[in-house]
This record gives sequence, structure tokens and C-alpha cells, in this order.
Amino acid sequence: MSHDTAHALHPPTTTGLDNRKLAIWTFIGSEVMFFSALIGTYLVYKGKSVVGPFPHEEWTSPTGEHFEHIFEIPLVTFGTAVLLFSSFFVVLALAGAQRGNRKMLIGWLSATVVAGLFFVGMQVYEFSHFMDKGLGYTTNLFGSTFYTLTGFHGAHVTVGLIWLGTLLILSLRGKIPPEKALNLELAALYWHFVDVVWIVIFPVVYLMK
Amino acid sequence: MTDSALAHEHAHPGVKAYVLVAVILFTLTALEVLAFEIVDRGSPAGLAAVLAPVVVAVLLVLSAAKFALVAMFYMHLKQDSTLFSGLFVFPIFVAAILIAALLAMFSYMLSLF
Repeated sequence: MSHDTAHALHPPTTTGLDNRKLAIWTFIGSEVMFFSALIGTYLVYKGKSVVGPFPHEEWTSPTGEHFEHIFEIPLVTFGTAVLLFSSFFVVLALAGAQRGNRKMLIGWLSATVVAGLFFVGMQVYEFSHFMDKGLGYTTNLFGSTFYTLTGFHGAHVTVGLIWLGTLLILSLRGKIPPEKALNLELAALYWHFVDVVWIVIFPVVYLMK
Repeated sequence: MTDSALAHEHAHPGVKAYVLVAVILFTLTALEVLAFEIVDRGSPAGLAAVLAPVVVAVLLVLSAAKFALVAMFYMHLKQDSTLFSGLFVFPIFVAAILIAALLAMFSYMLSLF
């Protein structure tokens, strides 16, 4: 193997790995612990609310006020599918960046941003709908833990959207050539992470009674 | 290590593999919702009776499969350095222990009242 080839494949670091990639994986590792604390807290308080509204059951208060069940499974299922597809779109955008295929990069990166915007829009609609149904942040344990967990996830999706949106603008200006594809790979890793967190949240919060 | 071996080690999956993973992810999500709906509606009754006691386990297995697929193929852990896998998988083990410990501790504390 020539020295140049080895240098191109292995950055000159003590680990032989790109430090930026090592940093994003370390950050993702810390984020695993962050979300595990939120998911653990949700599970600990699951089913412990003494007043409604509840996620899957109707409830009538002692004053006779009736509350519908909170969750709208079809809407969240659609949002989940869109977020999963956004992960698919971003790997195609990355493949485009690595091959120097600008059309592929811009097209799939745009699709990723649109899918991410849809997911955040779905969450904003869901939160406002739940508020209308009588579930505030301090209404009961379910409300507090649900809004905290899904709200922090939504905030992470929003950060990912800002990151990917910035890269989309740069790619439109032709500033992501193949040798800078790692810039998109780092953002894509973060985006996949928020996707896998939702892969856990969706069944744990919405589907398990 | 030869050039080609090294290049292969770092090569990411192709578009075909990405499409296949997307189809599997979509199918597993559909199965999750189907399992939930069967138990929730109690219909068909026979299948609902079989699924009801194991639905949580089924949902966890399907979710874990989706998680692993995204991590291995979309996050490229299957091809990238094992150090990255370690940085991701070790906190997941710690997180699983943390959540199990929290559930056990709260269950014990609530049993005292």
C-alpha cells in the first residue's frame, strides 16, 4: 500500500480515526444516557397518574367532566414512518455527496429536511391537540413525563433540522464537494440517532399500555 | 492489509442495501402497529388472546430489530471502526441497567406504602 493511500484512508491521529467522527460518536454515547434517564423516568411513572386525561382510556372527573383518551395512533404512526424515511433519504444524500453527484445530494437532502419539518409539525399539532383535550404539563404524571420526553426529542429533531438545513444551503452553493462529505456524514449520524431514539419512544410511549 | 481490503473495510453499503433496509424498517413498523391494534380491538379474538400476554415482548423485539438495522446499516457501524460501536453500545448497556434498576427501586419503594 502506498503511503498516500494509507494517509487518505487513515487520518494521522493516534487512533487512526477522524477526530470529528470520534467526537460525534462520543457525543451520541452521552445522548444515549440522557434519553435513557428520560425514558426510565417515563416508565417509572407509567400508569401512576391519579387523575386524567389518560393516554389510552377515557376518564370522567369527580365533577362530571368527561375526557377522551389522548393518543391518536394513526397520526403518530405516519409521523414515525416519515422520520424513518428521512433516515433513508439522508443516507442517499450522503452517497450523493461521496460520489460528487450534486443532484442526488441536493434532492435527497431536501427530502430529508421536508420529512423532518413534517415530523416537527406533527409534534406541534399533537401537543396543541393534547392541550385542547385537557392534558397540560402539570395536569398529571403522564403529562409531565410525556411532554418532557417527547419535547426533548422534538428539540433534538429541530437542532438536526437546523444542521441539515445549513448543509443544504452549503450544498446549493456547491460547498460540499466529495472531500467534504464527512461534514454531511456527521450531521447524518446525529439525524440517525434521533431516529433510533424515536424507534424506542414510539412503542414504549404510544403502543405499550 | 491490502489496499482493496482496507477500502472494503471502509466501504459503505450501496443504494440497494439502503432500499432493502428501508423496506424492512417500514414492514417492522407496520407489524408493531398491527400487533397493538389486534390486542387493542380484541379482534380477531383468537389472535388477540395469543398476542395479549406477549405483546410487550413482541414490541420490544421489533423495536430492537429496527434499532439494530439503523445502527448497523444507516449509521455504518457494520463497516466502521469497532471503537465507534463501543462508544454507542456500551452506553446502551449502561442505560438498560439504569432503567431496570430504576424500575426495580421504585417498584420496591411503592410496595412499602
